[in-house]
Amino acid sequence: MSLSLDKAFGVLPSAVLIKARRAELLASNLANVDTPNYKSRDFHFTEVLAEVEGMSNRMKLATTRANHLTNEIDKSRALEPELLYRIPAQPSLDGNTVDPQLERAAFTENTTHYQSTLEFLDRRVSSLRKALSKE
Amino acid sequence: MSDLFRIFNTSASALTAQSVRLNTVASNMANAAMTASTAEDTYRAKHVLFQTVIDQEDPNGVAMPVRVAGIVDDECEPIPTYEPNHPHANEEGYVFRPAINVVEEMANMMSASRSYEANVEVLTTARSLLQRTLQVGQS
Repeated sequence: MSLSLDKAFGVLPSAVLIKARRAELLASNLANVDTPNYKSRDFHFTEVLAEVEGMSNRMKLATTRANHLTNEIDKSRALEPELLYRIPAQPSLDGNTVDPQLERAAFTENTTHYQSTLEFLDRRVSSLRKALSKE
Repeated sequence: MSDLFRIFNTSASALTAQSVRLNTVASNMANAAMTASTAEDTYRAKHVLFQTVIDQEDPNGVAMPVRVAGIVDDECEPIPTYEPNHPHANEEGYVFRPAINVVEEMANMMSASRSYEANVEVLTTARSLLQRTLQVGQS
């Protein structure tokens, strides 16, 4: 039996990385809350995760030879997600679209998700350890 | 985990920018009651200009710290008042006072301190997330 750690951890490591990325992005938005013309940005967590995991529902190009071009996403580059712009509920005169309450809520939500993913990862590690150790 | 580390950089830049803003507000409030005999000698209210910078380390990334691009003088003309008995009065009996609205400055101060608090909160959260990440598998 071969043990693949990648398989054992499943989607969790990618999820942690994407959530860390999102935390950084939301921190950027909060840092620029008073910067004129700064546009608040965010990305879709589930879409990015689906792309990293190769489960995206975007159409794949049919390839019949190994050297044909594909539109598959390089896994290492998929962690640079396509950043979208938030649509402001209330336009402000200085062109800034950061809504501090909304960003704070998003940051808190992302933090909670990050922590719960870590918790799952932690459980996974300890159950692997338990399986590998002799009693 | 370098992403979480970059939060420190981003939020710290915001803390610096907001404290510069608080400093200018303090300076404006302190000089609000200042008087002068000429319009040129009167204190001008200072305003900070914030600017987003692209992180050199991560040009395609998402970290966008903020910096103070400059501090500019207020355009408002000083307010002349006729007070011939004032020690700063000029020959025509006028004293010049800076056009500083203290209420406006107070609002500015509140806004700066709220933003500062929000960024401190982000920093604290990022630190605890990092600590928790380092503890994965230790239990």
